[in-house]
Amino acid sequence: MSGPRKPRGLTVYAIAYLIFLYAPIILLPMFAFNASTIIAFPLQGFTTEWFVRLTGVQALHTAVRTSLFIAVVSAILATILGMCAARAGTRYEFPGKGGILGLIMLPLVLPEIIVAVSLLVVVVQILQFPLSAWTVIMAHTLICTPFCIAILNSSFQNLDASLEEAAIDLGESRWNAFRLVTLPLVTPGIIASLLISFTISLDEFIIAFFLTGSEPTLPVYIWGLLRFPQQLPVVMALGTILVALSILLLIVAEYFRRRGVRRAGKTETGGFL
Amino acid sequence: MGEVFWVGGRVAVRHLDRDSRRGLLLVSPTAIYAILLLAVPLSAVVLFSFWTQDFLTVDRTLTLANYREAIAEPLFRVLMLRSLTISAVVTAVTVILAFPVAYYVSFHVRPDRKALWIFLITIPFWTSYLVRVFLWKVILGFNGVLNTSLQGIGLIDEPLTFILYNANAVVITLAHAFAPFAILPIFVSLEKIDRSLLEASMDLGENRVTTFLRVTLPLAMPGVVAAVLIVFIPTVGDYVTPRLVGGPDGLMIANMIQTQFLRLNNAPMGATLAIIAMALVTVVSLIFVGLNRRYLRGQKR
Repeated sequence: MSGPRKPRGLTVYAIAYLIFLYAPIILLPMFAFNASTIIAFPLQGFTTEWFVRLTGVQALHTAVRTSLFIAVVSAILATILGMCAARAGTRYEFPGKGGILGLIMLPLVLPEIIVAVSLLVVVVQILQFPLSAWTVIMAHTLICTPFCIAILNSSFQNLDASLEEAAIDLGESRWNAFRLVTLPLVTPGIIASLLISFTISLDEFIIAFFLTGSEPTLPVYIWGLLRFPQQLPVVMALGTILVALSILLLIVAEYFRRRGVRRAGKTETGGFL
Repeated sequence: MGEVFWVGGRVAVRHLDRDSRRGLLLVSPTAIYAILLLAVPLSAVVLFSFWTQDFLTVDRTLTLANYREAIAEPLFRVLMLRSLTISAVVTAVTVILAFPVAYYVSFHVRPDRKALWIFLITIPFWTSYLVRVFLWKVILGFNGVLNTSLQGIGLIDEPLTFILYNANAVVITLAHAFAPFAILPIFVSLEKIDRSLLEASMDLGENRVTTFLRVTLPLAMPGVVAAVLIVFIPTVGDYVTPRLVGGPDGLMIANMIQTQFLRLNNAPMGATLAIIAMALVTVVSLIFVGLNRRYLRGQKR
């Protein structure tokens, strides 16, 4: 440690950097409540008109329902797949481990357009299936799984393996030992993983843009609105709701993630990744 | 799932110990999913890149025609080169701006506050990408937040026009979007540094600057490399940012890939461009990793 002395320059820089990070998110609600159709300063007064308008658009409601459905199913599938891989990776040694886990984690660095294009080729050109919410779910499960593994890894890693072994020695079956001993200890990690993958799926645009058929997701619907300048205040209102919802989910996810870490008796400073 | 495995390798299985078998069995659902939805589709893209679009049908004779056309066509070359350049600049800007923040959080924030800082840094990353990018358009525009504010306080007379609908705007927006990606790996590698090494260096007569350059930085390099790769690779394929803030001179290769697939109905050409882009990204990444190895070896001597 370079001592308790805080270099003032670095502190100012770090705070300025946080402001840069938050600039768009802070501006968003300002324009969402602004009584002008033009998105610019100076602000013209307060209105909730744009939020009221959101309630009357049927296409938007359909898009929200599609997005919620996709996000819920993807989150559940990705968390189940993530649990299998995270437990296998933290508990067992097996041949080809690095390669297998590498392939599973690959979507983390792959440009999303590559994932989108490769699934589009298989589904449309080769299998000739119609695009639907399910094609988006397939892809979202794929890209969410690495994030779930990253979160669940820390849950499983912190576990004391002897707890489960003790249960087996005392006569429980392997499955019961997992269900009764391990599962309760990793539950916070599972909840964090569900919430994070739900958020990723809800916000994801490019894959949904390529793979939705006639049922647009919420981001795809917003993309369509961006072309119409008179719709922009409504987009700002919608964006505000979306960002508020994401932040809320993240705070809950972070709460559970930390509780999981504490339950395993560790202190840890890392974030989700 | 067990059956799949047993049929596949009865002989191989017999001399694996019980833990290996359990591990493989447990990882198999996820592995099979990744093979079916990632490895197989990626192979299909490679195959497609050797086929050609023949009006409405795909001609399945293997040929290099797409690659020849992709290399010969000046537009594709310009887009490919621009994508790599923009990504390289974005990566440099993002990592250089992010390093001091990661350093600050790791070395100068109270241990019980670190998790909060990291959480604050990651929040913007998880909120709607589309909405964030669009807001940069609002900030950087001719009548945007930045120009009206700067004019308001009298710093400029005419709105700045070099910050929207060009490559600069793409760089600013992507550097913002990928900031947490750069901060987290650097932070993790800084956290792993044994603080007593730094004290030892100071005791041996190095000052703060030389300690940083000769101890901290080389030890943080794995995190920096991870940050570079995790920013560089996805940004080459970014679609939304060039489309929204790039204007005609800021478009990148992903925009052309999308055009080939969804507008021109030329999936094989789209596949070819995707493969070339990924191949170039891989080559650049490998060169970078190689250069870093040499740098670290030089440090040890």
